Amino acid sequence: MKRLWHDKSLFLASVTLICVVLLVLVGPLLAPWSYEVVDWNAVNAPPSADHWFGTDGAGRDLFARTLVGGQVSLGIAILATCVSFAIGVPWGAIAGYVGGRTDQLMMRVVDGMYSVPFILVVILLVVLVGRNAYLLFVGIGAVSWLDISRIVRGQTLVVRTGQFVQAARGLGASRPWIVWRHILPNVVGIAFVYATLTIPGVIIAESFISFLGLGIQEPQTSWGVLVSDGTKEMHSSPWQLAFPAAFLVITLVCVNVIGDKFRDAITVSSIRR
Amino acid sequence: MSIYVFKRAAFTLVTFVVVVSATFFLLRIAPGGPFDSERQLPPEVEANLLAAYHLDEPLYLQYLRYMGNLVRFDLGPSIKQHDFTVSELIAAGLPVSLCLGALALLIALTTGVAIGSFAAFRHNSWLDRCLSATTTLGLALPPIVTGPLLVLLFAVSLRWLPAGGLDSYLSFVLPSVALALPLAAAIAKLVRGACIEVMDQPHVTTAKAKGISNVRLAFHHVLPAGMIPILSFLGPASAALLVGSLVIEEVFALPGLGRYFVQGALNRDYTLVMGGVVVYALLILILNFVVDLVYVRLDPRIRIEDQAAAS
Repeated sequence: MKRLWHDKSLFLASVTLICVVLLVLVGPLLAPWSYEVVDWNAVNAPPSADHWFGTDGAGRDLFARTLVGGQVSLGIAILATCVSFAIGVPWGAIAGYVGGRTDQLMMRVVDGMYSVPFILVVILLVVLVGRNAYLLFVGIGAVSWLDISRIVRGQTLVVRTGQFVQAARGLGASRPWIVWRHILPNVVGIAFVYATLTIPGVIIAESFISFLGLGIQEPQTSWGVLVSDGTKEMHSSPWQLAFPAAFLVITLVCVNVIGDKFRDAITVSSIRR
Repeated sequence: MSIYVFKRAAFTLVTFVVVVSATFFLLRIAPGGPFDSERQLPPEVEANLLAAYHLDEPLYLQYLRYMGNLVRFDLGPSIKQHDFTVSELIAAGLPVSLCLGALALLIALTTGVAIGSFAAFRHNSWLDRCLSATTTLGLALPPIVTGPLLVLLFAVSLRWLPAGGLDSYLSFVLPSVALALPLAAAIAKLVRGACIEVMDQPHVTTAKAKGISNVRLAFHHVLPAGMIPILSFLGPASAALLVGSLVIEEVFALPGLGRYFVQGALNRDYTLVMGGVVVYALLILILNFVVDLVYVRLDPRIRIEDQAAAS
């Protein structure tokens, strides 16, 4: 773990990501314009001292919209990842600890779900519940727990052979208690790393769905919506595409790098052990 | 071998039936029918409409009817696009989408393998670092960003290629490149990792010690082993292609299956969405099945396990 402190690309990615998050959280408070106020004197205006990122086709300040859109995109990413964590960790831990037929059945469900692309599920959800954004992204989380559950199951199979688990069993602890007190604390760390790896997927999923007009709706906005709107105007006013797209890509690069480095650190240390 | 194939086939079939059934019941149980959003219809008209689409029957009968028709490839009429059956819409869109997907897969495989193996052979050089940085960036560039950028560069500024629509075979170039980029990056990463691992193996050291040429080393010893992870990646890759194609067809205004599907979802066209799920699930399950079979041919461990189970 110590080597991670000296990794330059990890350091750079972390600092950039923290800057983006701070900017997204604090920026809208400092921006001269609110994200929904229309400036009739500056419709489709290029970046200027007044509107730092320019304005969109309705004369709304793009700086404020990009940051507020970032709040929505990142918020959804964290929400959906929490949901996938909450399902994937217990699912994997129970399958791994109980074993036998239960394990086989639970992992068959995971195998089956792997072959169903999540976007079909999300589009079905849109048809079912209408365009309720937050429910939708809970839905994304509910179908992206598969990786985490597999990893947790694998780790549980290792942990359950430990002497402390046998000791607990010998002392007459119940199965739910052993899973809760002894298995889960030992697998949460690795699950956390894989949760980091699901975040970029969720951010991309949100942007795709919003891009198709199935996700976040006006007057709310997100990076996916902004990129979609920017694409329609890119011939006449390219800045409407450039700024949100840049924020989206920079965030994705940083989260990818951080997730990869953590995963490498874990796999290397477990090989050395 | 045959037991394994039979097991996989059964699992694929069961998954397909479960997916289709779950979708069917979800869509039927959901509040709000397909005719709710229009203005209030006279009761007789509504009853007639429901009867025409067999929506007045009990649920289990509707289900049996749908499954029965599905076996005959009849997906029913589209609810929102009158005069069209769902099968007709799918027949119109599917060839475009398949062409796009196949081209993208081809581009992703060739560039991915080339970049990945090249980086592996120049392991830890500045070239390797440049290529690795490029793949990291490629993984993080979603098609909704690369698509418009490619259009701006090659269609608007340089005017080499059409920006959208489907006029000639040239119309497929930009969309398939945009769709292939993230996949190519993922494949490059996999191949690089696998090749580096193989190059540490004793048989490669032996081959080197015997003084064989670099080209022979690459094509005979390193690349075949480096390719295996790609195979297991093809399953997830096909899903990624599908998801990407929905977006790409929107960006480039290609009249593919994805556009019909998204339109169906936006208009709540129940039968069209159902048909889309059927086709997509079938495509992906069949591809996964084929990948599994090829995997068994290549990986002797699964074969041996299976023989042990059979005897």
